[in-house]
Amino acid sequence: MTTGSVWEWIIKSVVIVFGLLTGFAYLTLLERKVLAKIQVRIGPNRAGPMGLFQPLADAIKLIFKEEIIPSRADKIIFVLAPIITVIPALIILGVLPFGGIITLFGRQISLSLADLNVGVLYITAIASISIYGIVLAGWSSNNKYAMLGGIRSSAQMISYELALGLSFIGPILLSGSMSLHDIVAAQKPLWFVVYQPVGALIFWIATLAEVNRAPFDMPEAEQELTAGYHTEYSGMKFALFFMAEYIKMIAVSAIAATLFFGGYRFVLEDQYPILGPVWLLGKVIVLLFGMIWVRATLPRIRYDRLMAFGWKFLFPLALANVFFTAIGIVLEKLWLIPLLTIAVFLGAVVMVGISETRRWRSHVF
Amino acid sequence: MTLNYALFFILAAIAIASALGMLLSKNAVYSALFLILNFNVVAIFYVLLNAPFIALTQITVYAGAIMVLFLFVIMLLGAEQTGRISSARWVKPAAYSLGIILISEILYIIFAQTGVIPDAASIAAEFGSPVTVGKALFSRYLLPFEATSVLLIASMIGAIVLTKRKS
Repeated sequence: MTTGSVWEWIIKSVVIVFGLLTGFAYLTLLERKVLAKIQVRIGPNRAGPMGLFQPLADAIKLIFKEEIIPSRADKIIFVLAPIITVIPALIILGVLPFGGIITLFGRQISLSLADLNVGVLYITAIASISIYGIVLAGWSSNNKYAMLGGIRSSAQMISYELALGLSFIGPILLSGSMSLHDIVAAQKPLWFVVYQPVGALIFWIATLAEVNRAPFDMPEAEQELTAGYHTEYSGMKFALFFMAEYIKMIAVSAIAATLFFGGYRFVLEDQYPILGPVWLLGKVIVLLFGMIWVRATLPRIRYDRLMAFGWKFLFPLALANVFFTAIGIVLEKLWLIPLLTIAVFLGAVVMVGISETRRWRSHVF
Repeated sequence: MTLNYALFFILAAIAIASALGMLLSKNAVYSALFLILNFNVVAIFYVLLNAPFIALTQITVYAGAIMVLFLFVIMLLGAEQTGRISSARWVKPAAYSLGIILISEILYIIFAQTGVIPDAASIAAEFGSPVTVGKALFSRYLLPFEATSVLLIASMIGAIVLTKRKS
């Protein structure tokens, strides 16, 4: 452990954190612009050219807002909760490879912070502790709406974590490793989304629920819970929750790109390793656009439906996906995996459709 | 190696402080939070011992899944204030005597063994890797592993049956 490598780690960490914070600021702008386009509005266009300085204006506004702590709130936890929410979002990308190895100032620099042999488990571990901030925020506010929002979110995140964890198993089985570097390397000829179409879909739906995005934004359903777990928060503390949500969006998009869409690999990356982060960013932006599109398109699901969907549809489907992936690998016929899993998926959709139609006809809700 | 020792003693202090905090706090939510902190510190101990797989499983299962459920139940029942527990008369003396036995055992082990703490370098780097753990679980410890999974499924079905009893 030389001084040089310590400095390298520090610089990489700072770059990742600042990259995520800048990404957060401009993701809010991207979301507002895209939503405006989809809803045939103009969107923010006053601050700077094409509204490009809008995130800065928002930040200044939030910093100067009054910070209110409710008098009957649990003060320590009330102040800690936003911080506990942001930290997992910032550190979850520590194991992600952003690119290959580049040579800079005569020094070989690998474009990633760490290569853990349990990289995927690190992601599930950090995802599982990221619930606490929201739960504690809801509890410490001493407000019934906030409390209900916090409890809803914890129930939702526990439920969807199972399907999320099972969708990781497909890429792990296909690459034979839990290191994200090996998973990216194993996708050299073909992206895993080809072998794991259903796995990628389950991952996508489960992450929407994990980051509390529409149509799974139950914890902050306005008409039922005012603003949910952050009802009592204002100023910078509110901004931290906002920040955590958007950074988590970026993080899960980057993880999805790494697990299913070839990570930083794309054309010309072998010759010019510096293109790695650029391709990864491109894939992340496409996936983020998908998330915003879903928010603009789909209405929110009722809470009991959301839990039933997670436990009775997504979870068994994820189990079936693991089962058929394992079969395809044992038989050494990888082309069987997409065929079998898509068949199971379509069968499950038809079955759910028939039973829901029957229920609707007999008016039992 | 001095860095490892320094890390170990700082973490040990945090672990003991958080364990005491869990026992002594009046508010059940604070107790749960101290326990989560304790689990995380123990996970870092595993990392220092070259066992990242166990460390991350510890965080996912204990600090993540189980403690979230604990917190969930405490909040849902509104049972934050742990009032004076009225328990049977024999509980207190039994607790004290068991505690004294435990402390004397710990002291005996500490003073009877004059070994040094093995540093991470002396342990094989592969000892805690997911490959090694997986191979051990599915070859040498296959029967206990499968028996545990059957037990877990049985308890899960039991819980589902208990909630279904009304309808």
